[in-house]
Amino acid sequence: MAHKLAAPLQAISAPTLSLCAFDSAFDVLSQAQVVPEAANCVQCGMCSYNCPMGIDVRAHAWRGKAIRDSHCLTCSECVNRCPRGVLRFERIPLFVMK
Amino acid sequence: MSNHYVIIGSGIAGLVAAETLRKEEPKADISIVSEEPHDFYSRPGLAYFLRGDFPEKQLYVRSPEDVRKLNARRIHAKVEQILCAEHELLLADGKKVRYDRLLLATGALSVPPSFPGCELAGVVTLDGLNDTRHIIEQARRSRPAVVIGGGITALELAEGFACRGMKVNYFLRGKLYWADVLDETESKIVMERLRHEGVTIHTETQIKQALGVNGKIASVETQAGAILPCELLAVAIGVRPRSELAQKAGLTMDKGVVVNEYLQTSESDIYAAGDVAEAFDPVTKRRLRDVLWPTAIDQGKIAGANMAGRKLAYVKGIPFNVTMLTGLKVTIIGAIGGGKKNDDLITISRGESEAWRIAPNTSGTVSGQDDVNRVRMVIGERAIVGALVMGNQSWSRPLQRLIVAQSDITPIREALLGGGAESMAQLAHFYRDWEEKKAARITGT
Ligand SMILES: Cc1cc2nc3c(=O)[nH]c(=O)nc-3n(C[C@H](O)[C@H](O)[C@H](O)COP(=O)(O)OP(=O)(O)OC[C@H]3O[C@@H](n4cnc5c(N)ncnc54)[C@H](O)[C@@H]3O)c2cc1C
Ligand code: SF4
Ligand code: SF4
Repeated sequence: MAHKLAAPLQAISAPTLSLCAFDSAFDVLSQAQVVPEAANCVQCGMCSYNCPMGIDVRAHAWRGKAIRDSHCLTCSECVNRCPRGVLRFERIPLFVMK
Repeated sequence: MSNHYVIIGSGIAGLVAAETLRKEEPKADISIVSEEPHDFYSRPGLAYFLRGDFPEKQLYVRSPEDVRKLNARRIHAKVEQILCAEHELLLADGKKVRYDRLLLATGALSVPPSFPGCELAGVVTLDGLNDTRHIIEQARRSRPAVVIGGGITALELAEGFACRGMKVNYFLRGKLYWADVLDETESKIVMERLRHEGVTIHTETQIKQALGVNGKIASVETQAGAILPCELLAVAIGVRPRSELAQKAGLTMDKGVVVNEYLQTSESDIYAAGDVAEAFDPVTKRRLRDVLWPTAIDQGKIAGANMAGRKLAYVKGIPFNVTMLTGLKVTIIGAIGGGKKNDDLITISRGESEAWRIAPNTSGTVSGQDDVNRVRMVIGERAIVGALVMGNQSWSRPLQRLIVAQSDITPIREALLGGGAESMAQLAHFYRDWEEKKAARITGT
């Protein structure tokens, strides 16, 4: 498989996620969560304002807590709207999955 | 009897210090004295409120439950004087507040304009929520506005006015926007996009005076003699620490309030944190000012803990900011500017660090780019010392991690200085190995 070396890897980008989600919704959605880089958050509230599920993303972001809320649709709205690039999708590490 | 901890300022440094004090001493008696009557709010969020991206209530950073748990007394008043010998504050209404330990978290204020006509109604600066409300009331559709100044705030004002349908003229003294932090290409990208948003940029243009009718601004005259209609004139020429109280109290001052590694001022019971403080930077071995939200948080935590009796040293991190310039995300990390001048600012503006302008022991700058997506790195002897990531942010986190860790890049230094796609490919390899080795060290595999 060809690897694209110029990208630094780490986060799963939102478009990739939604495409995968289309193929195998349950698998991918259950494997990704929104993770913040707390130090970059300026607590502006843009993420919470745009979350369709009314999750207070900001309260998670500045505390450095991943969104483990079962209502999260992994819709990526908060990730894309955050003006500071604080939020990203990350695979849930295997040891927290069954 | 337990100590009375008093904090002047309800900004983020004051709030975080109070939260830390509460954690350290669950029964502590904490008072926050502030001129601002509002609940705790996000100052950087004001730019999005100004644009109309969300309503005012979205700015508040703590839930009512959080505020209740904090259990701090709020005193809405301006502090006129600190009476150090008596350990008392003198408030504007003549009342006095006794303190055992005091935190100065008074922030910074815009440098006021001084051109003729600057006192007219409609000449504004953007520092807080009251200013933003006032600006929004006046920012009516189709009305002419002028913005002068530089840095992030001037751009946020120009974009905010444009979003509200105003006809915006932006005056720059030189040829380029934010010339001491952005390079020429980056600056031109931002200027081009700003023009697309409907803002008219006037380079090499300076205001001579504001002209009014019945005490209200109606037009501005440039140094070259042109007259432009103007009903709202925003000035963003930099910010200065609010250090009058410290000065009157005889505390040691430089550009801000000088603090030691424990964030104590020259009076041992008085601490300072946030925009008002001037802390020592062990990297450049000098005292540098930041006007940054993350710095205010870090200092608020350390000051709060030390007021409660701990002895934690503040170690200034590598300053960074992620900001939105004309819809493009831009991450700025470490030393990136390299000592150029910016005629649009008298001092640094909000969202900035003096450290960005210093480039120690560097020997090369690398840029990889397409039309808007750029990565610029400043390469030191052994480590990457600064970076600017514009547009696509895939490189933002990796570079932040490599720079903060001062990771030894000697094996790929030559390749990096070679520039271009190959250097980024080498860096991607290097970064992946670096993360893997780090993870292996943590898990012990
Ligand atoms: C529009 C805007 C955009 C910004 N963008 C960014 C950004 O992109 N990134 C970033 O990192 N930072 C940004 N900042 C800067 C950031 O918000 C500040 O660095 C941070 O808020 C500083 O916090 P502070 O607690 O030190 O001071 P402040 O938040 O300024 O709080 C100071 C408080 O002290 C009170 N006070 C002062 N003097 C007295 C007195 N004598 N008596 C009583 N009360 C007093 C004031 O009323 C205020 O409540 C921005 C700021 C603004 C305004
Ligand atoms: S949008 Fe981003 S910066 Fe703003 S509160 Fe949310 S995570 Fe923080
Ligand atoms: S991914 Fe969507 S649902 Fe989940 S927290 Fe973000 S905005 Fe809300």
